[in-house]
Amino acid sequence: MQRRELTIALAGNPNCGKTTLFNKLTGSRYHVGNYPGVTVEQKIGEVEFQEYRLKLIDLPGIYGLTAYSPDEVVARNVLLKEKIDVVINVVDATSLERGLNLTVQLKELGIPMVLALNMVDAAREIGLTVDCTKLSQCLHFPAVPVVGTKGDGFPGLLQAVIRAAEGNSEFNHIFYGAEIEKAINTVTLMISENLDVQYDWRIKESFLLRWLAVKLLESDRAVKAEINTLIQDGKLEEAVQKGFREVFRLLGKDPEAVIINQRYSAARKIFKGVVSENKWKRITVTEKIDKIILNKYFGLPIFFVIMWILFRLIFSLGGPFTNAIEWGFSSLSTLLITFLPEGLFRSILVDGIIGGVGGVITFLPNILLLFLGIALLESTGYMARAAFIMDRMMTKAGLHGKSFIPMLLGFGCSIPALMATRILENPRDRIVTMLVVPLMSCGARLPVYTLLAAAFFETDIAGSVVFSIYVAGMILAVIMAKVLRSSVVKGPSEPFIMELPPYRLPVMKSVLIQMINRAKMYLKKAGTVILLASIIIWFFFSFSFSGNKGLIQYYPAAPEKSIAGDIGHALEPVLTPLGLDWKSGVVLLSGLAAKEVVVSTMGTLYSIQDNTDLSSAQDGSTNGLTQRVREQSGLTPLTSYVFMLFVLIYIPCISTVAVFHQETGTWRWPLFLVGYTFALAWIVCFVVYRGGLFLFYS
Amino acid sequence: MSSLTLKQLSPGQKGIVIDVRGDGILRRRLLEMGLVPGSRVQVERYAPLGDPVEIRMQGYFLTLRKEEAGMVEVACKEEN
Ligand SMILES: Nc1nc2c(ncn2[C@@H]2O[C@H](COP(=O)(O)OP(=O)(O)OP(=O)(O)O)[C@@H](O)[C@H]2O)c(=O)[nH]1
Ligand SMILES: [Mg+2]
Repeated sequence: MQRRELTIALAGNPNCGKTTLFNKLTGSRYHVGNYPGVTVEQKIGEVEFQEYRLKLIDLPGIYGLTAYSPDEVVARNVLLKEKIDVVINVVDATSLERGLNLTVQLKELGIPMVLALNMVDAAREIGLTVDCTKLSQCLHFPAVPVVGTKGDGFPGLLQAVIRAAEGNSEFNHIFYGAEIEKAINTVTLMISENLDVQYDWRIKESFLLRWLAVKLLESDRAVKAEINTLIQDGKLEEAVQKGFREVFRLLGKDPEAVIINQRYSAARKIFKGVVSENKWKRITVTEKIDKIILNKYFGLPIFFVIMWILFRLIFSLGGPFTNAIEWGFSSLSTLLITFLPEGLFRSILVDGIIGGVGGVITFLPNILLLFLGIALLESTGYMARAAFIMDRMMTKAGLHGKSFIPMLLGFGCSIPALMATRILENPRDRIVTMLVVPLMSCGARLPVYTLLAAAFFETDIAGSVVFSIYVAGMILAVIMAKVLRSSVVKGPSEPFIMELPPYRLPVMKSVLIQMINRAKMYLKKAGTVILLASIIIWFFFSFSFSGNKGLIQYYPAAPEKSIAGDIGHALEPVLTPLGLDWKSGVVLLSGLAAKEVVVSTMGTLYSIQDNTDLSSAQDGSTNGLTQRVREQSGLTPLTSYVFMLFVLIYIPCISTVAVFHQETGTWRWPLFLVGYTFALAWIVCFVVYRGGLFLFYS
Repeated sequence: MSSLTLKQLSPGQKGIVIDVRGDGILRRRLLEMGLVPGSRVQVERYAPLGDPVEIRMQGYFLTLRKEEAGMVEVACKEEN
């Protein structure tokens, strides 16, 4: 059977539950979080319903159709320029009035609509009920109550969508008052006289002209710019100016303010007619929690304690699991060494694959705990509060309160963090945030610290050593932001206006799914990129240029003489001033592919050395990676700390640089990023190493 | 009743929005977030470092910096 295809867009305020609804409907697993601005690009999914195939588009949240930040531009462009059969307008029942303000604006586009009144469970909890029948009547299109997290009301919603697509939807314009309407009419006329059919807006023509006129009177810059390319005639501009003056003369206000107010009044009128309860004072759980969390005196200490606990837990809870996995891999190596004959094959298996890939997989528990921590911060509602608390500090540093969200996500992975900077309206704020996000130490770097801290520091201070690296990253980010903001990217910062969502209990199932996804991604990476890198690295460590014939030959047991050894020695002039040797050079170089490779390279390198020693020692067992690193890397507590710092700061991984290019559209900024992080890493490490030598060894 | 800006209210004080001063993107942003004439607002608290300020709207909470709060004109009853 041929199914009829319909394109459905999900539009609504930020944080009203669009992605939750989308995931549940299409069976996708896109990122959900309890703060505004989680979704920053359009996502597409499909669902089959009766004889239809519905193509759903999830969009970033918007408050209106005038876009400010890059994520809002994405949503606006889809709504205006793509062929959409029905818009599902998702509205959070607990902030219905503001939601309806967007509804009124979407209605002006003349696309068939269905309102999904979401979070009716949360509304019921605070004693608010909405009369959906009445709401449908007021809006002239269906309103369906749903609970996105549970899937309640979905069949009814999809049924309504189909009916809206097939039926004749009734549309009516909002009446803006006689003065504005007069101006709208004049401008509409001017546009219709001049605009030929060459426009690429998808709105029905009857709606388009009026909508364009309204937007011009609202001084919408994007519409103005686009219209100017279509109609070069100065008469239109003149008509708009005239409308402006007229409205101002009659009402004492510019049309923009009047139009927005009128929309709000329309929304308010509907709102008042459909809600049962409208009390001013509601003591909710959120308020009680915020009394403490955002307290004048406790707010900041609580913030720092939360951050500290997060990292401590990752380190100490992860420890036992990590040890168990490490033990597992070294037992496996021992087994293979006992049963396989010595040679190329055993070496590639034991040193290359188990040493490298195993070394990375060992740290899976830490990575999962890290992402669990971030997921909890995201889903409870603390994220936006952290931005609120930190805004002042961030502003002082030349960043923006909202920069905090991508920066915190950066502790997980820089790539989603760079994407998340789209919530920043001001391009200057955004670029500076993007430039410092890589200084927030990502999850892939965590194994390096965990490994080195465990190898070179006492157990009771190892956690704090790792934490200090994270703090160093944050401090450097702040300093660099300040420096960049007063040199390369000068200019004023954007105002801070943000909504604080209510606290919610994390939906355990979705947190769990996120963890499983993370684990899969990590293991997949270990089995592909890192496996490949490990084999390459193993090759470089096991073969050498044989001096006389210019040939490459298998030359086990002497990594220093290998090809990698040569490369490492070539890098030594740069690294010796920092107290690091050729081994660190090779390890750091390999880390450019992906930061996990730093650990896998160490795994391979020290496995080769260890097993070579083993062959001579013949005690029949292999050491764990931690012990190997301690014994063979030649690092001291001081140089291991310098090494950690270098890994923290130096050039971000290739994927990060690529996404940086994609998000900025130029090569200038990603190259700048590469240059400045390398320079910064070298300078910081030099100072710390020399300072450390002076303090501890003189 | 006296006319003030949102910035001048102390935590706990309520008011009704009369107007948003200024023009351009910022004013539009404030209006679209719900600070339109006739909206009831209450100052909840200031951030621990003194800025931004959190205000309660009907059904949700907004945060904005003092500078932006200074653009929002409110009428409020003098409470003792
Ligand atoms: N109680 C309740 N919570 C919900 C419901 N739907 C979504 N949520 C929660 O609301 C929060 C926001 O959900 P998202 O789906 O990320 O919202 P969004 O509209 O996609 O947000 P943006 O992408 O930021 O625009 C999450 O914490 C969800 O768990 C619902 O029906 N009831
Ligand atoms: Mg979303």
